[in-house]
Amino acid sequence: MSEPRDGRRGALPPGVSSAGDLRELLRRFDYLADEGLAIAIFLALRLGRPLFLEGEAGVGKTEVAKVLSRMLETPLIRLQCYEGIDVYQALYEWDYARQLLHIRAAEAFGGAEDRERVERDLYNREFLISRPLLQALEHKGPSPPVLLIDEVDRSDDEFEAFLLEILSDFAVTIPELGTIRAERPPVAVLTSNRTREVHDALKRRCLYHYIEHPSFEREVEIVRLRVPEAEERLARQVAAAVQRLREMDLYKPPGVAETLDWTEALVALGAKELDERLVRATLGSVLKYHEDQQRVTASGLEELLAGAGRMAGG
Amino acid sequence: MAEEEPAPRMVAAAVAFGRVLRGAGLSVGTERLVGFARALEELDVGRREDVYWAGRVTLTSRPEDVEVYDRAFEVFWERGAEGAPPRRREAELRIPEPEDSVMPAKETVEPDERGEEAVGLRYSPVEVLRKKDFALYSPEEFAELQRLLADLRLSGALRRTRRLEPARRGRHDPRRTMRSAMRTGGETVRHRFRRAKDQPRRVVLLCDVSGSMAPYSRALLRFLHAGVISGGRFEAFSVGTRLTRITRELSTRDPDRALRQAAGAVRDLSGGTRLGDALKEFVDRWGQRGMARGAVVVILSDGWDRGDVAVLAEQMRRIRRLAYRVIWVNPLKAAPGYRPLAAGMAAALPYVDVFLSGHNFESLEELARAVAAAAENGRR
Repeated sequence: MSEPRDGRRGALPPGVSSAGDLRELLRRFDYLADEGLAIAIFLALRLGRPLFLEGEAGVGKTEVAKVLSRMLETPLIRLQCYEGIDVYQALYEWDYARQLLHIRAAEAFGGAEDRERVERDLYNREFLISRPLLQALEHKGPSPPVLLIDEVDRSDDEFEAFLLEILSDFAVTIPELGTIRAERPPVAVLTSNRTREVHDALKRRCLYHYIEHPSFEREVEIVRLRVPEAEERLARQVAAAVQRLREMDLYKPPGVAETLDWTEALVALGAKELDERLVRATLGSVLKYHEDQQRVTASGLEELLAGAGRMAGG
Repeated sequence: MAEEEPAPRMVAAAVAFGRVLRGAGLSVGTERLVGFARALEELDVGRREDVYWAGRVTLTSRPEDVEVYDRAFEVFWERGAEGAPPRRREAELRIPEPEDSVMPAKETVEPDERGEEAVGLRYSPVEVLRKKDFALYSPEEFAELQRLLADLRLSGALRRTRRLEPARRGRHDPRRTMRSAMRTGGETVRHRFRRAKDQPRRVVLLCDVSGSMAPYSRALLRFLHAGVISGGRFEAFSVGTRLTRITRELSTRDPDRALRQAAGAVRDLSGGTRLGDALKEFVDRWGQRGMARGAVVVILSDGWDRGDVAVLAEQMRRIRRLAYRVIWVNPLKAAPGYRPLAAGMAAALPYVDVFLSGHNFESLEELARAVAAAAENGRR
């Protein structure tokens, strides 16, 4: 599969030859990446290496995979990790119900003398159910799919070791069928909320980027881009209030996802600018813990608004 | 995918930078450096940002690495390679030897006189050691403790497995039903079943390393080490004026090296205690996001807190809501007539399921049993 260096483009979309180009293209697909993230994505696509994204919940890690799939016009294959996930749920499983039916049918029509043949048939491709990882490896098309391995920190060590193997070779061996190798490695994006440390060996295989909460100006831009119905003034006030909330000592500081939820809720209520009544009515869309809501309410919504107002620039 | 060799010029730059990073305390292997060299080829090496990010995405893997990386980057790329490589701050303190402890070490319990019998001679020291307060241990006895701990069966020592095992009843097992049906010509004479094996719960150990715990923290940290290397789902933290996660440092099998590494990571050894704040940091950063959820949380501390007791109580309430069981281990509890007078201890007790002493090996055995009982209850 090695192509001459100059002809190699990895999975970069046409017209993109630098991280700057890519950043511009991402923006056209409504994703504002800062320079570090743009370079990380550029390198991941160009070098064909998995991208490991870490950061607080709601900073837009999963969004990266989604926007890549739209940008590259290729399917998004998602594997949601959880405690106890194993190879069968991630890779493939035999369709036992159909296999049983097949045996019964063979018996009814052909008798049992062909047992060996029946047995061979049973482990044919048609009885195999592909789960996300196999789907990603087997994908046929002009460009490789985007494989999102979401919240990998929720899985356990054994599964990590297995992922390491898959992500190193982009190939898998199924005993009954042989080795299945991806024509071109999928664009792999792994995310982690950092509830625990993912093994270094797995991270080493990937390009690593830690996504921080966006700056005030960037968050305003994100809100304007994603909720265009929101007026500039409202967008600035919301972004400023969220920035302040993040500085407060909360159980769950709001992420970009919450900022957008909040803005949408406010727009739905016809808000032109923030006031105390509106904040009170919509606080649940930005703060998801009762204790956090209490804390913010107790410390004074006027103060939050005043601070936000100053920051938003009147 | 055949990976191409990066250009020698880039490799040379990467290797030189790698040396600076290693001096600064980041562990960067050859594989990472090759990755860095290849990344450089794809970017504009004349631009600071490109070089900076190429290195950051290939050579770091944790947010904590960034500070170290930034300093090394500055030294290497901006001040020129001849600048002195920055050093990671050395640990300020080491784990106190027993001699350093406030209690008189040595002397006291000698093997008793009746030790003339051969068997008695062999076993009595161990028996004595099991009951001896850690604060009174000699260095040789700490070595012996290591051997005792090696035999301690921690719940996690059960090989954790996600596999389902054959069982008389439970979930239908199509795979095995299939195989047995093959033998009878496709007739499913017997259905097979399986169920999940017992899976121990995650165990989170939070060990107080403040000054007042000094006589005990050495032994308790060894207990943490025994847990982490048991192959189970143990997480270890040190708690003092701040919170330090030491699971990685303790995961080396060699106990002395593990403790040295932990001591290197813990910067507030034998300092003060801000138990409430440290627990808050634990719940905020790790616990609530999943680590404490359904876990067995073990806090090893005498409960002295120089911070706000209300903070401690609130954090204990949060931990209680997240965890499956909360176990508190306080070496002072062993003293006759002990009452939880420390304000922190009194505030925490209402949220504690099991209250143990942990002042000698025997009580650590009791702790191991309590952890195992709670952890193995965790069939899902």
